[in-house]
Amino acid sequence: MSMNTGRMGTVMRTDLRQLWQSKDFWVPMSGLGLVFFIVVPAVLLSVINNIGSNGAIKQVSQALQLLPQAAQQAVPHHATAGTKVSYVLAVYLLAPIAVIVPLTISTAVGSSSIVGERERGTGEFLAHSPAGVQEIYLGKLIASLIPGYVTTVVGFGLYSLMVNLIVGPKAGGWFFPTPSWWLLILWVLPPFLLIALSLVLRLSARVKSTAAAQQAAGLVTFPLILIAYAQSTGALLGGGAVALSLVLGAVAWAIGLALLVSGMRSLTRGRLLGVASEA
Amino acid sequence: MIPDVATGSSAPTDPDEEVAGTGDLGALPTTQPAPAAVESLDPSALVVEVRDVSKSFGRVPALSHLTILAPKGRITVLLGPNGAGKTTAIRVVTGALTPDRGRVRTFGYDPDRFGEDVRRRCGVVSAKPALYDRLSGWDNLQYSAELYGLGRNAVKPIREAAARFGILDALDQRVGGFSTGMKTRLALARSVLHDPELLLFDEPTSGLDPESSHAVLELIREMTADGHTVVMCTHLLIEAEGLADQIVVLENGTDLIHGTQDELTRRYWPANLVHFDAEDPAQLDMLSRMEGVVAVERVDDVTEVQLDDLARVPDLVARLSAAGVRLTRVDPHNPSLEDLYFAIRRERRGDAAAAGGVYFPEVHHLSGNGGTP
Repeated sequence: MSMNTGRMGTVMRTDLRQLWQSKDFWVPMSGLGLVFFIVVPAVLLSVINNIGSNGAIKQVSQALQLLPQAAQQAVPHHATAGTKVSYVLAVYLLAPIAVIVPLTISTAVGSSSIVGERERGTGEFLAHSPAGVQEIYLGKLIASLIPGYVTTVVGFGLYSLMVNLIVGPKAGGWFFPTPSWWLLILWVLPPFLLIALSLVLRLSARVKSTAAAQQAAGLVTFPLILIAYAQSTGALLGGGAVALSLVLGAVAWAIGLALLVSGMRSLTRGRLLGVASEA
Repeated sequence: MIPDVATGSSAPTDPDEEVAGTGDLGALPTTQPAPAAVESLDPSALVVEVRDVSKSFGRVPALSHLTILAPKGRITVLLGPNGAGKTTAIRVVTGALTPDRGRVRTFGYDPDRFGEDVRRRCGVVSAKPALYDRLSGWDNLQYSAELYGLGRNAVKPIREAAARFGILDALDQRVGGFSTGMKTRLALARSVLHDPELLLFDEPTSGLDPESSHAVLELIREMTADGHTVVMCTHLLIEAEGLADQIVVLENGTDLIHGTQDELTRRYWPANLVHFDAEDPAQLDMLSRMEGVVAVERVDDVTEVQLDDLARVPDLVARLSAAGVRLTRVDPHNPSLEDLYFAIRRERRGDAAAAGGVYFPEVHHLSGNGGTP
């Protein structure tokens, strides 16, 4: 059966519209993004950048020699110890932020998307509608992906601005984002989101309640966060970071797309209705 | 797009395409044959054709050899207690559920194969309104309009449907703040938005006050006058009375009987029934010897007299009076749907007992929802 992208878009827009109407959801999630992308980094970087080159900072600065050669070369050599630490912190150690925030937000949205339809009884409406189950599945997946990814892109933009404003003047100008970061955000992160959401939506189609879906989603996404953390940090730190990011992203995309295809088959009208034999 | 059966185009139906079944539902009674009036219809006049359909959820049978034939432009009422299989039957008609065995044709097409096209021609109101509480009434209708192919600028059909059900002024409000009646009206408006040929209503007056219920039933009647076909589930006998062109009584997932109310009444009460009572009821025994009287039975403090013709009533009254009987009641009785329903149930219980089969307890109060797994 052919896919009607118009109907898929309708499902997606309607889910997003409902999310937008749910301040009790997006206000805390925006707060989460704000804390991770702005507040924590701003406090850390400002303190380190302005504390000068005291003993502790010098010791941390010396520890930077443990970084891979490629990473060390990127650190401005003429800068103070505080600036070097700020630079490394901004570029390398805050990478997981870009992973944790979108995964948390998107899985929170995705986990309730199908089971939520069942709980509200609106699954009955969708099951009787002309929309294909694949259109419904994809519409919901994209609607779950967008909030997390948009938060990341906006947060990443603000984070870049903040890093350049705080650390840039002492590091010889605006330096962020680095090429590795662009790859992380545009190439590595999206497939990890896709993997997580494909699994979470599959769970959402099978479990009996939103609470169960959220618990199960947590179990699924936690290892993914760890993997994504390790991969993204490695991609940024490692020698040949660009090549590594490209490969990692390609592998993640392949896994994500495979899971997406099999996930589309997991949704049936019976599951939208929540009938006993198919739920 | 599949061709329109109603216009006479040939339908690619194939009786051999029935879904092979595995459901073992032998403990339940087999279905009764449909009345000749419906069976003899041209298949193209049948909008819904469900024949010998069974469906189980795990080990729980939901439908068992169910047959429903709904003619075009008529109101077919599925009547039965909770758990009778009414909701599952509707789900099978639109292809939302696939039967384990049996044949389903909607507009002449297998909804399992041509689901998208079949569903586009159906409007469904489920037992729960199935609305998005966080969205406005307008957004709910807009969502449906887009899914049913009316596009993103379906202002006119939305306004017309909302006006028809009297909720136009409330469309800007969030549905979460709607009363039950308003939600039902919105669900009804949504179901007719795309001008479907077949309307499937599952307990459409559930939770409504009497006035709103009456209005909804009137609207259903109006829609059939416009040529729509309606299949409506209800457990409210009073609701089906006078509304149904055809009644299908369901129980335990199977159809006990179906036909028009008149047909069914004639089947159970072939003779005309008149209730008599007198100051001395014993004197009414003489009725059994009078001409035209088919049977006399004393039931619940009233004497039920079956006559070959109601025109004999004045003569009977005159003869009783002449014999000194002081009559206190002469009441030609038209059996209600409730009488009919319980007569069917009594007969069914008798059949099951005679066959040594399993039977379920009598349900006197048909109320509430949620019989479907």
